[in-house]
Amino acid sequence: MALEVNIRKKLGSFTLDVAFSAKAEWMGILGASGCGKSMTLKCIAGIETPDAGYIRYNGRTLFDSAQKINLPPRLRRVGYLFQSYALFPHMTVLKNIMIGIPRSETNPMSVAEQAMERLCLQGLASKRPDQLSGGQQQRVALARLLASQPDMILLDEPFSALDSHLKWKLEQELTQAMSSFRGTLLMVSHNRDELYRMCETLCVFDNGHIDAAGGMHDVFKNPGTVQAALLSGCKNICRAEILSSRTLRAADWDMVLELPRPIPPDTRYVGIRRHDVRLHSALGTHANTAPVHVIGEVDNMFSYVATVSAQNAASGEAGQIECETGKEGWLKLREKPLFVELPKEYLLLLR
Amino acid sequence: MKALASPPHPYRTANRLITVSGSRASGNPAVIVFFSINKEAAMDYSPLWISLKVALLATIFTFVFGILAARYVVRLKRFQGLIDGLFTLPMILPPTVVGFILLLIFGKNGWIGKLLGLMNVTVVFTWIAAVIAATVVSFPILYRTVRGAFEEVDADMIHAARTLGLKESAIFFRIVLPNVVPSLIAGTILAFARALGEFGTTIMIAGNIPGRTQTMAVAVYTAVQAGNRELAYQWMLIICAISFSSMFLINLVNSRHRRNSVRRGVL
Repeated sequence: MALEVNIRKKLGSFTLDVAFSAKAEWMGILGASGCGKSMTLKCIAGIETPDAGYIRYNGRTLFDSAQKINLPPRLRRVGYLFQSYALFPHMTVLKNIMIGIPRSETNPMSVAEQAMERLCLQGLASKRPDQLSGGQQQRVALARLLASQPDMILLDEPFSALDSHLKWKLEQELTQAMSSFRGTLLMVSHNRDELYRMCETLCVFDNGHIDAAGGMHDVFKNPGTVQAALLSGCKNICRAEILSSRTLRAADWDMVLELPRPIPPDTRYVGIRRHDVRLHSALGTHANTAPVHVIGEVDNMFSYVATVSAQNAASGEAGQIECETGKEGWLKLREKPLFVELPKEYLLLLR
Repeated sequence: MKALASPPHPYRTANRLITVSGSRASGNPAVIVFFSINKEAAMDYSPLWISLKVALLATIFTFVFGILAARYVVRLKRFQGLIDGLFTLPMILPPTVVGFILLLIFGKNGWIGKLLGLMNVTVVFTWIAAVIAATVVSFPILYRTVRGAFEEVDADMIHAARTLGLKESAIFFRIVLPNVVPSLIAGTILAFARALGEFGTTIMIAGNIPGRTQTMAVAVYTAVQAGNRELAYQWMLIICAISFSSMFLINLVNSRHRRNSVRRGVL
């Protein structure tokens, strides 16, 4: 196991208490702001000190409160990409990159040149950070990070400071630039799509502890808890009452739902992503189907999001189901009697 | 006059000075005349050289100690307020009180005075005392300016430097200091101006010995008190010229720095 983290830190009324491990892979950390995800990265880098616990990487102990080990950041060989990039404003791009190259390096100039080439910065060597665009600044920060030859890379909200139209391109550039890196890479974000595209595994943080962890696809398919489901983008969540081993009642939606596999006894909620909800103009033979009326619709760029509710559903948002449908399909359906189907293979059982 | 100008002992001299002033206070009792000036004689420029020597040396000491103190206080985890208060004290206290405290420390019976006495060194009522006075009084100005600038330096920049493997000393000299240059220049000018204009503390600890410890600020006072308006005007003009031209020079340096920064886009 490459990276092992098990730390606790108290900050006023907030307590960070997380334990996770990561192989030499790209791991995403998803969480709302203030959930402790950046703090965790700072503890790994040595910028913050946990109250207790340990951090180990490839057999090296970076921090261990029991053994009283707390390696200073400069000896941890951890590369950290700051949200603000933290470039040195008084230095040129080249000097910014050169400053982090290890002393043991026999030819620092060629290391810097390689790093600049990798991030397409060749023409910018003598520019200062404030003469660069946001995207260029990020590339300089990444080049500086790579030139310092870290064992582990931590990216703290790498795209939050950029315009959305830049993100897509930079995401691919970053993936490209980091592709030859062989260690653990942790990336913190509140944007699930970003993490889904870039990372192999995922940790979902909620209020200082880990809510769900595992392979990226597994966590999105089966988030496990309400918080993880919400963070992973599930819009429809409702209280569940277990009726039998494979049926439950969705209390707020007033629907009885069948499931393909036995229901875990600790299930308290059921959820479904809005693009998994189906709409029909007739009851048909589909399971988990109920007549509904339309409450509202939102015209998106490429789809409609319809909000529907069953006859006896709870009032307010709890009883509503959001469904995303194609534009043409919705225009055919909207004036007719409407039935909602919650396909059983897409139902999320949550704690 | 000669005896007053080179006193055998500073304290005795001080006593005698008061006696002299008392005996000569026939016209105006409030006027304290330390020595008379021959109006016809060529002007003695020694206060100018003494002032420049003292202010320059004091600024150098203040520059080094001010930066070190600012770095020390910024990095303190406890008692920050207490130490900061101590370092700022010379700016808040009346200069005469600072001078009196220095007299207690550097005097014959003071902690440092005794130590120096063992080595046969007397500091009080020498130009070195004037340097000490100017340093102590100008120190808080530079210290506070630089400390404020240190606290403004982006914490993430320091953290980034640490994760890149830089030692603390390298971070200080290569990252922190270059980013506070404008404040450093401003603090140094103000400290120099304060050192050049020092009066109260200087007269307490260095006295008013022409040719040895009499600075321009003290010379103006002495000339006015002696009723020598002409000499007072001359010193006033010289002081104004020096102050103005040093400010002008430094503003020039500053604006050049700023122009470079604008080209780089720092400001």
